[in-house]
Amino acid sequence: MSAQATLSQNPRLREIGDAYARLSRNRSLYTLLLIVVCAVIIVGGFMVADEANSGSFWGGLSNFFDYPADIITGTYAAGWGWFAIVWGYMPFLVETINIAILSTILGFALGALLSFVASRNLVRNRVLVFCMRRIMDICRAFPELVIALVLVLSLGPTPLAAVIAVAFHTIGALAKLFSEVNENADMKPVDGLKSVGATWGQQMRFGVLPQVLPNFLSYGLLRLEINVRASAILGFVGAGGLGAELKKVVDWNYAADISAIIVLLVAAVIGIDYLSGWARRALIGKTGTI
Amino acid sequence: MTKIPSSDIDALAARHPGVIDRPLRQRFVPIAVALVVLAYVIGSLASFDVLRVLAGTRTDLVNLFFLDSYAHKIHVVRQLDKPDFVFSLEGSRFAIYDEQPSWFAVTGEETDIDLGSAGRVHIKGDVLEYYPLHEEAAYRIKFGPGLVPQLIEGQAPEWMRASDIQIDMRPSLFARIWITKSKIEIHRYFIGWENFWFDFESPLNGKTFSEISALAVSADRLDPSMANWQLILSEFWNNQEWQHGEVYYALLQTIIMALVGTLVAGILALPLAFAAAANINPVAAARFGIRRIFDVLRGLDTLIWSLIFIRAFGLGPLSGIFAIFTTDTGALGKLFSEAIENADRKQAEGIQATGASPVQKYRFGVFPQILPVFISQLLYFMESNTRSATVIGALGAGGIGLKLLETMRTRQDWENTAYIIALIILVVIAMDNMSGWLRRKLIEGAN
Repeated sequence: MSAQATLSQNPRLREIGDAYARLSRNRSLYTLLLIVVCAVIIVGGFMVADEANSGSFWGGLSNFFDYPADIITGTYAAGWGWFAIVWGYMPFLVETINIAILSTILGFALGALLSFVASRNLVRNRVLVFCMRRIMDICRAFPELVIALVLVLSLGPTPLAAVIAVAFHTIGALAKLFSEVNENADMKPVDGLKSVGATWGQQMRFGVLPQVLPNFLSYGLLRLEINVRASAILGFVGAGGLGAELKKVVDWNYAADISAIIVLLVAAVIGIDYLSGWARRALIGKTGTI
Repeated sequence: MTKIPSSDIDALAARHPGVIDRPLRQRFVPIAVALVVLAYVIGSLASFDVLRVLAGTRTDLVNLFFLDSYAHKIHVVRQLDKPDFVFSLEGSRFAIYDEQPSWFAVTGEETDIDLGSAGRVHIKGDVLEYYPLHEEAAYRIKFGPGLVPQLIEGQAPEWMRASDIQIDMRPSLFARIWITKSKIEIHRYFIGWENFWFDFESPLNGKTFSEISALAVSADRLDPSMANWQLILSEFWNNQEWQHGEVYYALLQTIIMALVGTLVAGILALPLAFAAAANINPVAAARFGIRRIFDVLRGLDTLIWSLIFIRAFGLGPLSGIFAIFTTDTGALGKLFSEAIENADRKQAEGIQATGASPVQKYRFGVFPQILPVFISQLLYFMESNTRSATVIGALGAGGIGLKLLETMRTRQDWENTAYIIALIILVVIAMDNMSGWLRRKLIEGAN
């Protein structure tokens, strides 16, 4: 107590003490403000949503478990035949995974090409970089659903619609991450190649690509996980694969089929999750970056 | 320029085996990988029947979509048993113009219709003449009630389709002339969205911007029950064709789904993450249980959760909020618990040494360390959930996604579809920028 009293005698220290008190007051004010804003968003949002919803919150809570219970009883009633049902949906699972892999490959290739032109350290032309970045932003902002709906309309219900929609979004998402990786690349190999007269393409191929490729692949694998989910969802609007089948059996209310598809879907998502996690660790373990 | 003698190169190659003269196997690997990937791409494209699908593309629908999304057309129609032409917007029975447009003129028996860059049409008696722009020669078509229209002069060009019931001409993207046994229909396209501000029924329809702004400040009320500026707002908001009010309400629902879903997920995930972290919770069985709960929540995916919640809570954004926060509680819980496990012990120990309670220890020793991860992940999720909310909206959770699906299903209001798509993209970009800005503010402000 006495120490504090002597401290406050010193005008400089008192000033610091006051500044600290002011700062911490401001801090707690901001924190309080943030909490109030969040609370308002949550409460207000719930009220708006509850009003717009066709069923109410309290009515829904009581029958929340009805649907899962229906599915489980239906599955139990199917007995051993359930495994045959699961097996029957395998081709659709393969199709969904194919959609995801294909669109990831296409998005990866195009996103990688785009990212080299959209990196500030690799391209001199500011205007070009700016334009490429805006293209990236637009690709990323387009929800897959919108593209898939337009394509389903013009191409008919085909997995190709999902491939193009997911690939388009993937280009934007990956190109952004890739260009960040490119901007962190070491420029010395590029300078070396430039000094021996390499063209821009050669500088990129031999100077930048070997540095960034492991990170690119790691991001690509992460994207694959996301794209498996996305391509399953797009099936719901008619773009084929497991999602389209799920929509069908949900509409018909075939409990055993619904549980079969859900199990396949979850198993596939978790399986790819683990595989890509393992592959990413293997890749990063080799290079030691990120 | 100095040349390296070949003996030096050999010495270098010997010192670093496999760098200058790489073994064949290593050189072969990238090529083989590229070939396998290429084969896979071609193979799976073939399995999706790409060529057949592309051959069956409804290019007409796509063209129509793009044309309609930036242009509107005015129909000029005459039933052959009636003398007069009727002008309507997009052929709607509820959007008929009272006045003749300036590009339409009747002088006695003759009718002239200017189609702008597509040329002009001249009708006299029972003959319709179409003059393409800058051409003197006309395509003359004889028509009459109950008669099959006949091309009586000129060779049928490729944009003219004649059958035994009708003649359909599309000389350019912006014009169409269509003659059947019972009617003449001429469409002319104009760039722009018609009636975007006020619909046909509105007293403000067709007024220019300066007239509207003059009205807004003038004291003479158009509608005695409210001031002019209120009328302008309400006429815009309740526009029947564009449904601004409904569209923005749907957009609000989508944003609410994303914001509330993510915030609730963050609030629920935080305590669960502490309970799942090995350095906080000593009970291994409890940790294991919570982690498996995270896995189930995450693995079942928003799609399946939204199906379950739509069954329980009915169609609407409430189900969307639940679907988003269930999935994200799993995803965020996993991320946060990993962040907590990576937190430095020393700060917590330091706090403990001052005699702090366990709650204070976590609050001041651990929480500040994971706060940047907490905020940045929450903002990332918020951003991506704006997109997901659109998608699950289309699956039945309402909001802008459902609105989009509705306008597409009618296959008519393509301009409304384009409007909604533009709004979605604007919101996604805005959320993107806002979350980036907040992330910089909050995290850099904290440091």
